[in-house]
Amino acid sequence: MAQTKRDLLVDPLVDNNPITLQVLGICSALAVTSSLQVALVMSLAVTIVTAFSSMFISILRNYIPGSIRIIVQMVIIASLVILVDQVLKAFAFQISKTLSVFVGLIITNCIVMGRAEAFAMKNKPLDSFLDGIGNGLGYGLLLLVVGFIRELFGSGSLFGFTILNSVNNGGWYLPNGLLLLPPSAFFIIGLLIWAVRTWKPAQVEEREYKIQTVDAH
Amino acid sequence: MPEQQIDTNQSTQLNWFQKIKSMPVDSTPKTILVAVTLCLVCSMIVASAAVNLRPMQDSNKLRDKQVNILQVAGLYKDGIDVRKVFASFDPRIVEMKTGKFSDAFDAQTFDDRAAASDPELSIELQDDPALIGRQSRYTTVYLLKNSNGSLDKVILPIYGYGLWSTLYGFIALEENGNDIFGLQFYEHAETPGLGAEVDNPRWRKQWSGKKLRDENNTLLIQVTKGTGPEMHHIDGLAGATLTSRGVDNLVKFWMGEAGFAPFLRNLTTGDT
Repeated sequence: MAQTKRDLLVDPLVDNNPITLQVLGICSALAVTSSLQVALVMSLAVTIVTAFSSMFISILRNYIPGSIRIIVQMVIIASLVILVDQVLKAFAFQISKTLSVFVGLIITNCIVMGRAEAFAMKNKPLDSFLDGIGNGLGYGLLLLVVGFIRELFGSGSLFGFTILNSVNNGGWYLPNGLLLLPPSAFFIIGLLIWAVRTWKPAQVEEREYKIQTVDAH
Repeated sequence: MPEQQIDTNQSTQLNWFQKIKSMPVDSTPKTILVAVTLCLVCSMIVASAAVNLRPMQDSNKLRDKQVNILQVAGLYKDGIDVRKVFASFDPRIVEMKTGKFSDAFDAQTFDDRAAASDPELSIELQDDPALIGRQSRYTTVYLLKNSNGSLDKVILPIYGYGLWSTLYGFIALEENGNDIFGLQFYEHAETPGLGAEVDNPRWRKQWSGKKLRDENNTLLIQVTKGTGPEMHHIDGLAGATLTSRGVDNLVKFWMGEAGFAPFLRNLTTGDT
């Protein structure tokens, strides 16, 4: 199936979302979505790393020996992640403090590795770059939706600005503490997957078992 | 003919290059070549980024530390000139054992962290509840004076191990050396959303007004879940038992005899 450049960018947003359809990258989605600002920076970091690692791996794809290809991919991804981490520490110190170890953990994000192995090893550099951007944005979109829900109802604010004045600050809104804890992201992502698959039934996986009917006597 | 000789010379070089080039990608020499080249290129990129960005990262860290000292002393507002306000602090070096000021080092440039790992300047701890391994014999403290020149607050650096990382922070005490004004950590890598809630202003607010010791001079300050002596008890963080325990240990350590207790005694008697 020939994909147009537009498809490469738009497909991973909903139709082939790395989180809701492929259920990859859940770990960081739980950890960095308690506030929108952090979620946004994390999305940008993952998008940049996925796009450039896919591009470099695609440029080198004809020279990468099969026996060490995973290691080669990891070296490229790890180098980019360290670069992003260093740049954040130099130019966005406060945010790099809140992201702490999770920037470094982009290395282990299955989305980056998945796109390198599944797409970049077989496609041209520009296509791989766009595919990386698309998947990064798909990941980011979901992060922002989850972050929106968690920050609004967990802290009563959006991007740090108070929307629902919480009881602790003399307002009326009693924040839901569960939403600030990582497990709440599980519930939200689960509900989102349900919603997306109801909207687009094509994404529903086939059952691995068959329901057998027993004849009544 | 000389011309031909050059040609053969070139062609042998070319042959060697072509030989490698014509090898299949999966052959052992080419695998090694690709691996070595890639590692060299990547390590150069990473190393040059780390070296070039270091000065900016360091100045960010210094500013962050100053902002934290200002915050723990209740002097920080958005948009203030950090360097100018910070000038009102008087940094001094304290010798931990005697609890007296020392002029052996310049307080402006003394590096506490480097001193803590320097065998000349530090001691190995036998009893080490804060899990820091070595403790510097000298520490920088920051004195904040009133407009009339008398001591207003004293800011003491504290650190110790939590769950994943060493927490570095400051505790601000009133001039009597017993009432806590505030406590704040400026560097740690605790779990975001759980242990990292030590940064949460609402949790930090609990420290304000608490007392380190009771009338009998017993160190009672504690971070535990549940309840404790009202003037000395801080409620631990929900879902971060080990981080809370780390904070408990490190505050007790630094406020105890191995920490700043001798200095605080001298401070109240004016014998520093």
